[in-house]
Amino acid sequence: MARKFLSGNEAFAEGIRLARPEVISAYPITPQTIVVERLSEMVEDGSLNSEFIHVESEHSALSCAMGASAVGARAFTATSSQGLLYMAECLVYASGGRFPIVMMNANRSTALPWNIYGDQRDSLALLDSGWIQAYAENAQEALDLALMSYYIAENKNVSTPFMANLDGFVLTHTYEAVDVPEQDAADKFLPPFETENKLDLSKPKNMAFSAGPASNYIFKYKEHLGLLNAAAVINEAEEKFYKIFGRKYPGLIEKYLTDDAEYILITLGSISGLVKDVTDELREKGGKVGMIRIRYMRPFPNKEIAETVKNAKAAAVLEKDISFGNEGTVFTNVNSALKKSGVNIPVSDHIGGLGGQDISRADIENIFKNMKKGLSDVNFIGIGGDRP
Amino acid sequence: MTEILWHGRGGQGAFTAARILGAAYAMKSENNFALAFPSFGPERRGAPIRAFTKLSERQVSDRSEISKADYSIFLDDTLFSENAFSELKDNGIILINSKKQFSDKRIKAIDGYKISEEFLKVPIVNTIMLGAFSVFYDGISEDDIERAISENMPEKIRQKNISAMKAAGKELFK
Repeated sequence: MARKFLSGNEAFAEGIRLARPEVISAYPITPQTIVVERLSEMVEDGSLNSEFIHVESEHSALSCAMGASAVGARAFTATSSQGLLYMAECLVYASGGRFPIVMMNANRSTALPWNIYGDQRDSLALLDSGWIQAYAENAQEALDLALMSYYIAENKNVSTPFMANLDGFVLTHTYEAVDVPEQDAADKFLPPFETENKLDLSKPKNMAFSAGPASNYIFKYKEHLGLLNAAAVINEAEEKFYKIFGRKYPGLIEKYLTDDAEYILITLGSISGLVKDVTDELREKGGKVGMIRIRYMRPFPNKEIAETVKNAKAAAVLEKDISFGNEGTVFTNVNSALKKSGVNIPVSDHIGGLGGQDISRADIENIFKNMKKGLSDVNFIGIGGDRP
Repeated sequence: MTEILWHGRGGQGAFTAARILGAAYAMKSENNFALAFPSFGPERRGAPIRAFTKLSERQVSDRSEISKADYSIFLDDTLFSENAFSELKDNGIILINSKKQFSDKRIKAIDGYKISEEFLKVPIVNTIMLGAFSVFYDGISEDDIERAISENMPEKIRQKNISAMKAAGKELFK
Protein backbone atom coordinates (compact mmCIF):
# COMPACT_ATOMS: atom_id res chain seq x y z
CA MET A 1 0.00 0.00 0.00
CA ALA A 2 1.44 3.37 -1.02
CA ARG A 3 0.56 6.58 0.81
CA LYS A 4 0.12 9.45 -1.64
CA PHE A 5 -1.01 13.06 -1.49
CA LEU A 6 -3.86 13.23 -4.00
CA SER A 7 -6.92 15.24 -4.92
CA GLY A 8 -10.35 13.58 -4.87
CA ASN A 9 -10.31 13.29 -8.65
CA GLU A 10 -6.85 11.74 -8.64
CA ALA A 11 -7.76 9.34 -5.85
CA PHE A 12 -10.84 8.23 -7.78
CA ALA A 13 -8.72 7.73 -10.91
CA GLU A 14 -6.35 5.51 -8.87
CA GLY A 15 -9.32 3.42 -7.71
CA ILE A 16 -10.53 3.05 -11.30
CA ARG A 17 -7.04 2.06 -12.46
CA LEU A 18 -7.02 -0.70 -9.84
CA ALA A 19 -10.44 -1.90 -11.09
CA ARG A 20 -8.97 -2.45 -14.59
CA PRO A 21 -11.80 -1.09 -16.77
CA GLU A 22 -11.47 -2.33 -20.36
CA VAL A 23 -13.10 0.74 -21.88
CA ILE A 24 -13.06 4.37 -20.70
CA SER A 25 -15.15 6.89 -22.60
CA ALA A 26 -14.60 10.50 -21.72
CA TYR A 27 -15.72 14.01 -22.39
CA PRO A 28 -14.22 16.74 -20.19
CA ILE A 29 -16.19 19.10 -17.98
CA THR A 30 -15.13 21.13 -14.94
CA PRO A 31 -14.67 19.94 -12.16
CA GLN A 32 -14.52 16.36 -13.42
CA THR A 33 -11.81 16.77 -16.09
CA ILE A 34 -8.84 15.71 -13.98
CA VAL A 35 -10.18 12.21 -13.35
CA VAL A 36 -10.25 11.39 -17.07
CA GLU A 37 -6.99 13.25 -17.70
CA ARG A 38 -5.23 11.09 -15.12
CA LEU A 39 -6.77 7.95 -16.59
CA SER A 40 -5.64 8.94 -20.09
CA GLU A 41 -2.09 9.39 -18.73
CA MET A 42 -2.25 5.95 -17.13
CA VAL A 43 -3.33 4.41 -20.44
CA GLU A 44 -0.55 6.34 -22.20
CA ASP A 45 2.20 5.23 -19.80
CA GLY A 46 0.97 1.64 -19.77
CA SER A 47 0.01 1.45 -16.10
CA LEU A 48 -3.59 0.83 -17.22
CA ASN A 49 -4.48 -1.43 -20.14
CA SER A 50 -7.73 0.07 -21.37
CA GLU A 51 -9.33 1.39 -24.53
CA PHE A 52 -9.56 5.16 -23.94
CA ILE A 53 -12.15 6.74 -26.20
CA HIS A 54 -12.41 10.51 -26.35
CA VAL A 55 -15.98 11.05 -27.51
CA GLU A 56 -17.71 14.19 -28.79
CA SER A 57 -20.31 14.68 -26.03
CA GLU A 58 -21.61 13.33 -22.72
CA HIS A 59 -24.51 11.67 -24.53
CA SER A 60 -21.92 9.75 -26.54
CA ALA A 61 -19.76 9.08 -23.47
CA LEU A 62 -22.47 7.05 -21.81
CA SER A 63 -23.68 5.49 -25.08
CA CYS A 64 -20.12 4.35 -25.68
CA ALA A 65 -19.82 2.88 -22.18
CA MET A 66 -23.10 1.05 -22.80
CA GLY A 67 -21.84 -0.40 -26.07
CA ALA A 68 -18.74 -1.62 -24.27
CA SER A 69 -20.75 -3.13 -21.43
CA ALA A 70 -23.02 -4.83 -23.99
CA VAL A 71 -20.07 -6.89 -25.27
CA GLY A 72 -19.08 -7.80 -21.72
CA ALA A 73 -16.40 -5.16 -21.12
CA ARG A 74 -15.96 -3.33 -17.82
CA ALA A 75 -16.69 0.30 -18.67
CA PHE A 76 -16.08 3.66 -17.01
CA THR A 77 -17.09 7.21 -17.72
CA ALA A 78 -17.30 10.44 -15.75
CA THR A 79 -19.17 13.70 -15.93
CA SER A 80 -20.68 16.60 -14.03
CA SER A 81 -23.63 19.00 -13.94
CA GLN A 82 -24.87 19.96 -17.44
CA GLY A 83 -22.96 16.99 -18.82
CA LEU A 84 -24.88 14.62 -16.57
CA LEU A 85 -28.16 16.25 -17.57
CA TYR A 86 -27.21 16.00 -21.24
CA MET A 87 -26.65 12.25 -20.86
CA ALA A 88 -29.93 11.80 -18.93
CA GLU A 89 -31.54 9.96 -21.83
CA CYS A 90 -28.74 7.40 -21.77
CA LEU A 91 -28.89 6.97 -17.98
CA VAL A 92 -32.25 5.21 -18.21
CA TYR A 93 -31.03 3.16 -21.17
CA ALA A 94 -28.08 1.93 -19.13
CA SER A 95 -30.14 1.05 -16.07
CA GLY A 96 -33.00 -0.47 -18.10
CA GLY A 97 -30.45 -2.50 -20.07
CA ARG A 98 -28.92 -3.61 -16.75
CA PHE A 99 -25.42 -2.55 -17.79
CA PRO A 100 -23.20 -2.30 -14.68
CA ILE A 101 -21.28 0.76 -15.85
CA VAL A 102 -19.51 2.91 -13.27
CA MET A 103 -19.64 6.68 -13.64
CA MET A 104 -18.07 9.32 -11.46
CA ASN A 105 -20.08 12.51 -11.16
CA ALA A 106 -18.38 15.63 -9.84
CA ASN A 107 -21.32 17.33 -8.12
CA ARG A 108 -21.78 20.78 -9.57
CA SER A 109 -24.53 23.37 -9.80
CA THR A 110 -26.86 23.38 -12.80
CA ALA A 111 -27.59 26.40 -15.01
CA LEU A 112 -28.97 29.08 -15.06
CA PRO A 113 -27.38 31.26 -13.66
CA TRP A 114 -24.23 29.61 -14.97
CA ASN A 115 -21.96 28.37 -12.19
CA ILE A 116 -19.17 25.82 -11.93
CA TYR A 117 -19.17 25.36 -8.14
CA GLY A 118 -20.44 22.44 -6.16
CA ASP A 119 -23.97 21.51 -5.21
CA GLN A 120 -25.90 18.28 -5.56
CA ARG A 121 -28.79 19.31 -7.77
CA ASP A 122 -27.29 17.53 -10.78
CA SER A 123 -27.24 13.99 -9.38
CA LEU A 124 -30.35 14.34 -7.20
CA ALA A 125 -32.32 15.48 -10.27
CA LEU A 126 -31.54 12.01 -11.67
CA LEU A 127 -32.30 10.02 -8.54
CA ASP A 128 -35.12 8.24 -10.37
CA SER A 129 -32.98 7.08 -13.29
CA GLY A 130 -32.41 3.62 -11.85
CA TRP A 131 -28.76 4.02 -10.88
CA ILE A 132 -27.09 3.23 -7.59
CA GLN A 133 -26.05 6.59 -6.12
CA ALA A 134 -23.19 6.88 -3.62
CA TYR A 135 -21.75 10.06 -2.08
CA ALA A 136 -18.15 10.20 -0.83
CA GLU A 137 -16.94 12.33 2.07
CA ASN A 138 -13.19 12.38 1.40
CA ALA A 139 -10.56 11.29 -1.11
CA GLN A 140 -9.87 7.94 0.59
CA GLU A 141 -13.52 7.02 0.47
CA ALA A 142 -13.62 8.16 -3.17
CA LEU A 143 -10.81 5.77 -4.09
CA ASP A 144 -12.34 2.92 -2.13
CA LEU A 145 -15.77 3.54 -3.67
CA ALA A 146 -14.26 3.39 -7.16
CA LEU A 147 -12.98 -0.09 -6.42
CA MET A 148 -16.12 -1.27 -4.61
CA SER A 149 -18.49 0.20 -7.21
CA TYR A 150 -17.77 -2.52 -9.78
CA TYR A 151 -18.07 -5.27 -7.19
CA ILE A 152 -21.54 -4.01 -6.30
CA ALA A 153 -22.79 -3.06 -9.78
CA GLU A 154 -21.64 -6.30 -11.44
CA ASN A 155 -23.15 -8.68 -8.90
CA LYS A 156 -25.64 -10.68 -10.98
CA ASN A 157 -28.49 -10.01 -8.56
CA VAL A 158 -27.81 -6.28 -8.94
CA SER A 159 -26.68 -5.66 -12.56
CA THR A 160 -27.25 -1.96 -12.14
CA PRO A 161 -25.09 1.01 -13.12
CA PHE A 162 -23.30 2.88 -10.34
CA MET A 163 -22.92 6.65 -9.96
CA ALA A 164 -20.23 7.70 -7.49
CA ASN A 165 -20.63 11.35 -6.48
CA LEU A 166 -17.81 13.61 -5.34
CA ASP A 167 -18.52 17.20 -4.35
CA GLY A 168 -17.07 19.49 -6.99
CA PHE A 169 -13.87 21.32 -5.93
CA VAL A 170 -14.16 20.80 -2.14
CA LEU A 171 -13.57 17.11 -2.77
CA THR A 172 -12.49 16.79 -6.41
CA HIS A 173 -9.79 19.49 -6.16
CA THR A 174 -8.68 19.20 -2.53
CA TYR A 175 -5.47 17.28 -1.83
CA GLU A 176 -5.06 14.92 1.11
CA ALA A 177 -3.16 11.79 2.08
CA VAL A 178 -4.61 8.63 0.57
CA ASP A 179 -3.59 4.99 0.86
CA VAL A 180 -3.43 3.49 -2.61
CA PRO A 181 -3.73 -0.31 -2.57
CA GLU A 182 -1.43 -2.59 -4.55
CA GLN A 183 -2.77 -4.10 -7.76
CA ASP A 184 -2.57 -7.71 -6.55
CA ALA A 185 -4.67 -6.88 -3.48
CA ALA A 186 -7.18 -5.04 -5.69
CA ASP A 187 -7.33 -8.10 -7.98
CA LYS A 188 -8.03 -10.27 -4.96
CA PHE A 189 -10.93 -8.00 -4.10
CA LEU A 190 -12.40 -7.52 -7.56
CA PRO A 191 -12.61 -10.46 -9.97
CA PRO A 192 -12.80 -9.84 -13.74
CA PHE A 193 -16.24 -8.86 -15.06
CA GLU A 194 -18.31 -11.82 -16.20
CA THR A 195 -21.84 -11.53 -17.47
CA GLU A 196 -24.38 -13.34 -19.57
CA ASN A 197 -25.96 -10.00 -20.45
CA LYS A 198 -23.77 -9.51 -23.52
CA LEU A 199 -23.62 -9.88 -27.27
CA ASP A 200 -22.00 -13.22 -27.91
CA LEU A 201 -21.80 -14.86 -31.36
CA SER A 202 -21.77 -18.31 -29.82
CA LYS A 203 -24.97 -17.58 -27.85
CA PRO A 204 -27.01 -15.15 -29.96
CA LYS A 205 -29.74 -13.28 -28.15
CA ASN A 206 -31.84 -10.16 -28.48
CA MET A 207 -30.70 -7.24 -26.31
CA ALA A 208 -31.98 -3.71 -25.70
CA PHE A 209 -35.33 -4.66 -27.20
CA SER A 210 -38.85 -3.21 -27.01
CA ALA A 211 -41.32 -4.47 -24.43
CA GLY A 212 -45.01 -3.56 -24.71
CA PRO A 213 -47.61 -3.10 -21.99
CA ALA A 214 -47.95 -6.85 -21.49
CA SER A 215 -44.42 -7.24 -20.13
CA ASN A 216 -42.83 -3.83 -19.66
CA TYR A 217 -43.87 -3.54 -16.01
CA ILE A 218 -42.14 -6.83 -15.22
CA PHE A 219 -38.83 -5.43 -16.45
CA LYS A 220 -39.35 -2.32 -14.35
CA TYR A 221 -40.20 -4.40 -11.29
CA LYS A 222 -37.02 -6.42 -11.78
CA GLU A 223 -35.01 -3.25 -12.18
CA HIS A 224 -36.41 -2.11 -8.83
CA LEU A 225 -35.48 -5.42 -7.22
CA GLY A 226 -31.95 -5.16 -8.63
CA LEU A 227 -31.48 -1.84 -6.86
CA LEU A 228 -32.96 -3.18 -3.63
CA ASN A 229 -30.60 -6.18 -3.84
CA ALA A 230 -27.67 -3.77 -3.96
CA ALA A 231 -28.07 -3.04 -0.22
CA ALA A 232 -26.94 -6.53 0.83
CA VAL A 233 -24.16 -6.56 -1.78
CA ILE A 234 -22.85 -3.22 -0.49
CA ASN A 235 -22.45 -4.80 2.96
CA GLU A 236 -20.82 -7.88 1.45
CA ALA A 237 -18.42 -5.70 -0.58
CA GLU A 238 -17.48 -3.66 2.49
CA GLU A 239 -16.80 -6.78 4.56
CA LYS A 240 -14.55 -8.23 1.88
CA PHE A 241 -12.90 -4.84 1.45
CA TYR A 242 -12.19 -4.66 5.19
CA LYS A 243 -10.64 -8.14 5.20
CA ILE A 244 -8.28 -7.30 2.35
CA PHE A 245 -7.49 -3.62 2.93
CA GLY A 246 -8.29 -3.08 6.62
CA ARG A 247 -10.57 -0.09 6.05
CA LYS A 248 -14.07 -0.37 7.42
CA TYR A 249 -17.16 1.23 5.89
CA PRO A 250 -20.55 1.40 7.60
CA GLY A 251 -23.01 0.52 4.81
CA LEU A 252 -25.75 2.81 3.52
CA ILE A 253 -25.35 5.38 6.31
CA GLU A 254 -22.58 6.51 8.64
CA LYS A 255 -23.71 7.24 12.19
CA TYR A 256 -21.74 9.79 14.19
CA LEU A 257 -22.45 10.05 17.94
CA THR A 258 -26.10 9.13 17.39
CA ASP A 259 -26.50 6.50 20.14
CA ASP A 260 -27.80 8.89 22.81
CA ALA A 261 -28.40 11.89 20.56
CA GLU A 262 -31.53 13.96 21.04
CA TYR A 263 -30.93 16.08 17.97
CA ILE A 264 -29.64 14.55 14.76
CA LEU A 265 -28.53 16.30 11.61
CA ILE A 266 -28.83 14.22 8.45
CA THR A 267 -26.63 15.16 5.53
CA LEU A 268 -24.47 13.76 2.73
CA GLY A 269 -21.18 14.34 0.97
CA SER A 270 -18.12 16.30 2.04
CA ILE A 271 -19.94 18.82 4.27
CA SER A 272 -20.24 15.95 6.76
CA GLY A 273 -16.67 16.65 7.86
CA LEU A 274 -17.57 20.11 9.11
CA VAL A 275 -20.80 18.78 10.67
CA LYS A 276 -18.71 16.24 12.63
CA ASP A 277 -16.45 19.05 13.89
CA VAL A 278 -19.46 21.11 15.02
CA THR A 279 -21.04 18.01 16.60
CA ASP A 280 -17.83 17.47 18.59
CA GLU A 281 -17.81 21.09 19.75
CA LEU A 282 -21.47 20.99 20.83
CA ARG A 283 -20.87 17.67 22.61
CA GLU A 284 -18.06 19.30 24.61
CA LYS A 285 -20.60 21.86 25.80
CA GLY A 286 -22.97 19.07 26.80
CA GLY A 287 -25.25 19.08 23.75
CA LYS A 288 -26.74 15.68 22.94
CA VAL A 289 -26.24 15.95 19.20
CA GLY A 290 -25.31 13.54 16.44
CA MET A 291 -25.08 13.18 12.70
CA ILE A 292 -26.15 10.75 10.03
CA ARG A 293 -24.24 10.81 6.78
CA ILE A 294 -26.21 9.25 3.96
CA ARG A 295 -23.67 7.31 1.86
CA TYR A 296 -26.17 5.86 -0.57
CA MET A 297 -29.24 7.73 -1.86
CA ARG A 298 -30.15 4.65 -3.94
CA PRO A 299 -30.84 2.13 -2.63
CA PHE A 300 -32.26 4.45 0.03
CA PRO A 301 -31.51 3.61 3.69
CA ASN A 302 -35.13 3.79 4.90
CA LYS A 303 -34.83 1.45 7.89
CA GLU A 304 -31.33 2.55 8.85
CA ILE A 305 -32.36 6.20 9.13
CA ALA A 306 -35.66 5.50 10.94
CA GLU A 307 -33.95 3.14 13.39
CA THR A 308 -31.25 5.75 14.16
CA VAL A 309 -33.49 8.76 14.75
CA LYS A 310 -36.47 7.03 16.39
CA ASN A 311 -35.40 8.01 19.92
CA ALA A 312 -34.32 11.54 19.03
CA LYS A 313 -36.43 14.59 19.89
CA ALA A 314 -35.96 16.17 16.48
CA ALA A 315 -33.95 15.84 13.31
CA ALA A 316 -32.96 18.09 10.43
CA VAL A 317 -31.74 17.57 6.89
CA LEU A 318 -28.92 19.66 5.40
CA GLU A 319 -28.73 19.31 1.63
CA LYS A 320 -27.31 21.09 -1.40
CA ASP A 321 -30.45 20.67 -3.42
CA ILE A 322 -33.99 21.99 -3.87
CA SER A 323 -36.92 20.49 -5.76
CA PHE A 324 -38.46 23.82 -6.72
CA GLY A 325 -42.03 24.27 -5.56
CA ASN A 326 -41.73 21.66 -2.85
CA GLU A 327 -38.64 20.96 -0.69
CA GLY A 328 -35.22 19.32 -0.83
CA THR A 329 -35.25 15.84 -2.36
CA VAL A 330 -33.24 14.32 0.49
CA PHE A 331 -35.82 15.73 2.92
CA THR A 332 -38.66 14.12 0.94
CA ASN A 333 -36.91 10.75 1.10
CA VAL A 334 -36.05 11.04 4.80
CA ASN A 335 -39.62 11.98 5.73
CA SER A 336 -40.98 9.03 3.78
CA ALA A 337 -38.58 6.72 5.62
CA LEU A 338 -39.72 8.00 9.01
CA LYS A 339 -43.40 7.85 8.11
CA LYS A 340 -43.11 4.22 6.95
CA SER A 341 -41.52 3.26 10.27
CA GLY A 342 -44.00 5.27 12.34
CA VAL A 343 -41.34 7.66 13.63
CA ASN A 344 -43.13 10.91 14.38
CA ILE A 345 -40.64 13.63 15.29
CA PRO A 346 -40.22 17.15 13.87
CA VAL A 347 -37.85 17.23 10.92
CA SER A 348 -36.78 20.48 9.27
CA ASP A 349 -35.10 20.97 5.93
CA HIS A 350 -32.07 23.21 5.37
CA ILE A 351 -31.04 24.08 1.85
CA GLY A 352 -27.46 25.32 1.61
CA GLY A 353 -24.38 25.33 -0.54
CA LEU A 354 -26.26 26.00 -3.77
CA GLY A 355 -23.84 27.14 -6.46
CA GLY A 356 -20.95 26.77 -4.01
CA GLN A 357 -22.45 28.94 -1.23
CA ASP A 358 -20.28 28.61 1.86
CA ILE A 359 -21.85 26.66 4.72
CA SER A 360 -20.19 27.89 7.92
CA ARG A 361 -19.83 26.44 11.41
CA ALA A 362 -22.33 29.05 12.60
CA ASP A 363 -24.86 27.88 9.98
CA ILE A 364 -24.58 24.32 11.27
CA GLU A 365 -24.80 25.42 14.91
CA ASN A 366 -27.96 27.32 13.99
CA ILE A 367 -29.52 24.23 12.48
CA PHE A 368 -28.92 22.35 15.74
CA LYS A 369 -30.29 25.30 17.74
CA ASN A 370 -33.42 25.57 15.61
CA MET A 371 -34.03 21.83 15.83
CA LYS A 372 -34.88 22.36 19.49
CA LYS A 373 -37.80 24.55 18.44
CA GLY A 374 -39.32 21.49 16.85
CA LEU A 375 -40.35 23.19 13.63
CA SER A 376 -40.84 21.21 10.44
CA ASP A 377 -40.20 23.65 7.67
CA VAL A 378 -37.97 24.45 4.70
CA ASN A 379 -35.17 26.96 5.31
CA PHE A 380 -32.62 28.45 2.97
CA ILE A 381 -29.27 29.13 4.62
CA GLY A 382 -28.55 32.85 4.39
CA ILE A 383 -32.18 33.69 3.57
CA GLY A 384 -34.61 32.00 5.94
CA GLY A 385 -37.92 30.19 5.57
CA ASP A 386 -39.62 29.69 2.24
CA ARG A 387 -42.93 31.21 3.40
CA PRO A 388 -42.15 34.74 4.58
CA MET B 1 -4.31 22.48 13.70
CA THR B 2 -1.92 24.80 11.91
CA GLU B 3 -3.47 26.85 9.14
CA ILE B 4 -1.40 28.39 6.36
CA LEU B 5 -2.82 30.96 4.01
CA TRP B 6 -0.95 31.51 0.73
CA HIS B 7 -1.22 34.69 -1.33
CA GLY B 8 0.10 34.89 -4.84
CA ARG B 9 -0.75 35.78 -8.38
CA GLY B 10 -1.84 33.24 -10.99
CA GLY B 11 1.34 31.64 -12.32
CA GLN B 12 3.50 32.23 -9.21
CA GLY B 13 2.90 28.73 -7.86
CA ALA B 14 1.01 29.54 -4.65
CA PHE B 15 -1.14 26.44 -4.91
CA THR B 16 1.85 24.27 -5.83
CA ALA B 17 3.53 25.46 -2.63
CA ALA B 18 0.35 24.81 -0.62
CA ARG B 19 0.19 21.28 -2.01
CA ILE B 20 3.90 20.49 -1.56
CA LEU B 21 3.66 21.66 2.05
CA GLY B 22 0.64 19.42 2.64
CA ALA B 23 2.45 16.48 1.08
CA ALA B 24 5.65 17.19 3.05
CA TYR B 25 3.72 17.10 6.31
CA ALA B 26 1.23 14.30 5.59
CA MET B 27 3.87 11.90 4.24
CA LYS B 28 5.90 12.07 7.47
CA SER B 29 3.79 9.45 9.23
CA GLU B 30 0.36 7.89 9.33
CA ASN B 31 -0.52 10.29 12.16
CA ASN B 32 0.12 13.40 10.11
CA PHE B 33 -2.83 14.80 8.19
CA ALA B 34 -3.15 17.67 5.77
CA LEU B 35 -5.56 19.31 3.36
CA ALA B 36 -4.40 21.56 0.54
CA PHE B 37 -6.60 23.42 -1.89
CA PRO B 38 -6.72 26.59 -3.95
CA SER B 39 -9.42 29.24 -3.88
CA PHE B 40 -11.71 27.57 -6.38
CA GLY B 41 -12.87 28.98 -9.65
CA PRO B 42 -11.53 30.24 -12.96
CA GLU B 43 -7.85 31.20 -12.79
CA ARG B 44 -6.03 33.94 -14.68
CA ARG B 45 -2.31 34.55 -14.93
CA GLY B 46 -1.42 37.60 -12.84
CA ALA B 47 -4.69 37.82 -10.92
CA PRO B 48 -4.54 37.50 -7.11
CA ILE B 49 -5.19 33.96 -5.88
CA ARG B 50 -5.22 32.34 -2.48
CA ALA B 51 -4.34 28.80 -1.49
CA PHE B 52 -4.75 26.94 1.77
CA THR B 53 -2.87 24.29 3.71
CA LYS B 54 -4.15 22.77 6.94
CA LEU B 55 -1.82 20.59 9.02
CA SER B 56 -2.95 18.47 11.94
CA GLU B 57 -2.26 15.33 13.95
CA ARG B 58 -5.93 14.43 13.45
CA GLN B 59 -7.88 13.87 10.27
CA VAL B 60 -8.82 17.32 8.93
CA SER B 61 -12.53 17.25 8.23
CA ASP B 62 -13.29 20.97 7.88
CA ARG B 63 -12.83 21.69 4.17
CA SER B 64 -13.75 25.36 4.31
CA GLU B 65 -11.38 28.20 3.50
CA ILE B 66 -9.14 29.50 6.27
CA SER B 67 -10.49 32.69 7.83
CA LYS B 68 -7.74 33.15 10.46
CA ALA B 69 -4.29 31.80 9.70
CA ASP B 70 -1.32 30.82 11.85
CA TYR B 71 0.93 31.71 8.93
CA SER B 72 0.07 34.00 6.07
CA ILE B 73 2.60 33.77 3.25
CA PHE B 74 2.88 36.38 0.49
CA LEU B 75 4.73 35.38 -2.68
CA ASP B 76 4.33 38.94 -3.95
CA ASP B 77 4.50 42.01 -1.69
CA THR B 78 2.17 44.02 -3.96
CA LEU B 79 -0.61 41.83 -2.53
CA PHE B 80 0.22 42.76 1.04
CA SER B 81 -1.81 45.35 2.94
CA GLU B 82 -2.81 46.01 6.55
CA ASN B 83 -5.88 43.82 5.88
CA ALA B 84 -3.56 40.85 6.19
CA PHE B 85 -3.68 41.20 9.98
CA SER B 86 -7.45 40.67 10.09
CA GLU B 87 -6.87 37.19 8.66
CA LEU B 88 -4.18 36.34 11.19
CA LYS B 89 -4.52 34.52 14.52
CA ASP B 90 -3.24 36.26 17.65
CA ASN B 91 0.24 34.75 17.52
CA GLY B 92 0.24 34.45 13.77
CA ILE B 93 3.20 35.21 11.53
CA ILE B 94 3.29 36.88 8.14
CA LEU B 95 6.03 35.67 5.82
CA ILE B 96 6.62 37.93 2.89
CA ASN B 97 8.79 37.95 -0.19
CA SER B 98 10.06 41.51 -0.23
CA LYS B 99 13.14 43.66 -0.51
CA LYS B 100 11.58 46.02 2.03
CA GLN B 101 12.17 46.07 5.78
CA PHE B 102 9.17 45.83 8.12
CA SER B 103 9.20 47.18 11.67
CA ASP B 104 6.19 45.07 12.75
CA LYS B 105 7.52 42.03 14.64
CA ARG B 106 4.83 39.80 13.21
CA ILE B 107 6.23 40.23 9.72
CA LYS B 108 9.24 38.21 8.53
CA ALA B 109 10.57 39.35 5.19
CA ILE B 110 12.94 37.56 2.85
CA ASP B 111 14.28 38.74 -0.47
CA GLY B 112 13.09 35.75 -2.46
CA TYR B 113 13.81 37.25 -5.86
CA LYS B 114 17.52 37.48 -5.04
CA ILE B 115 17.52 33.71 -4.42
CA SER B 116 15.30 32.84 -7.38
CA GLU B 117 17.54 34.85 -9.70
CA GLU B 118 20.53 32.82 -8.60
CA PHE B 119 18.98 29.34 -8.58
CA LEU B 120 15.92 29.40 -10.83
CA LYS B 121 16.58 32.20 -13.33
CA VAL B 122 12.87 33.06 -13.15
CA PRO B 123 11.11 35.30 -10.60
CA ILE B 124 9.22 32.44 -8.92
CA VAL B 125 9.63 32.11 -5.18
CA ASN B 126 7.10 29.48 -4.08
CA THR B 127 9.64 26.82 -3.02
CA ILE B 128 11.86 29.54 -1.53
CA MET B 129 8.98 30.59 0.72
CA LEU B 130 8.54 26.91 1.68
CA GLY B 131 12.18 26.91 2.80
CA ALA B 132 11.55 30.08 4.79
CA PHE B 133 8.43 28.57 6.34
CA SER B 134 10.40 25.55 7.59
CA VAL B 135 12.55 27.97 9.61
CA PHE B 136 9.53 29.34 11.48
CA TYR B 137 7.48 26.16 11.85
CA ASP B 138 8.84 23.30 13.97
CA GLY B 139 6.56 20.65 12.50
CA ILE B 140 8.47 20.43 9.25
CA SER B 141 12.11 20.20 8.22
CA GLU B 142 13.99 21.02 5.04
CA ASP B 143 14.32 17.27 4.49
CA ASP B 144 10.54 16.82 4.58
CA ILE B 145 10.14 19.57 1.99
CA GLU B 146 12.99 18.21 -0.13
CA ARG B 147 11.25 14.83 -0.27
CA ALA B 148 7.90 16.40 -1.17
CA ILE B 149 9.50 18.49 -3.95
CA SER B 150 11.13 15.33 -5.32
CA GLU B 151 7.81 13.52 -5.34
CA ASN B 152 5.64 16.34 -6.61
CA MET B 153 7.61 18.48 -9.04
CA PRO B 154 8.63 17.61 -12.61
CA GLU B 155 12.13 16.15 -12.79
CA LYS B 156 13.49 19.05 -14.84
CA ILE B 157 12.97 21.62 -12.09
CA ARG B 158 13.38 19.45 -8.98
CA GLN B 159 17.02 19.93 -8.09
CA LYS B 160 17.15 23.67 -8.59
CA ASN B 161 14.01 24.14 -6.52
CA ILE B 162 15.50 22.05 -3.72
CA SER B 163 18.65 24.21 -3.84
CA ALA B 164 16.59 27.42 -3.82
CA MET B 165 14.46 26.13 -0.92
CA LYS B 166 17.60 25.40 1.14
CA ALA B 167 19.13 28.76 0.25
CA ALA B 168 16.12 30.45 1.88
CA GLY B 169 16.97 28.82 5.21
CA LYS B 170 20.61 29.90 4.95
CA GLU B 171 19.59 33.45 4.08
CA LEU B 172 17.36 33.69 7.16
CA PHE B 173 20.06 32.37 9.48
CA LYS B 174 22.65 34.81 8.15
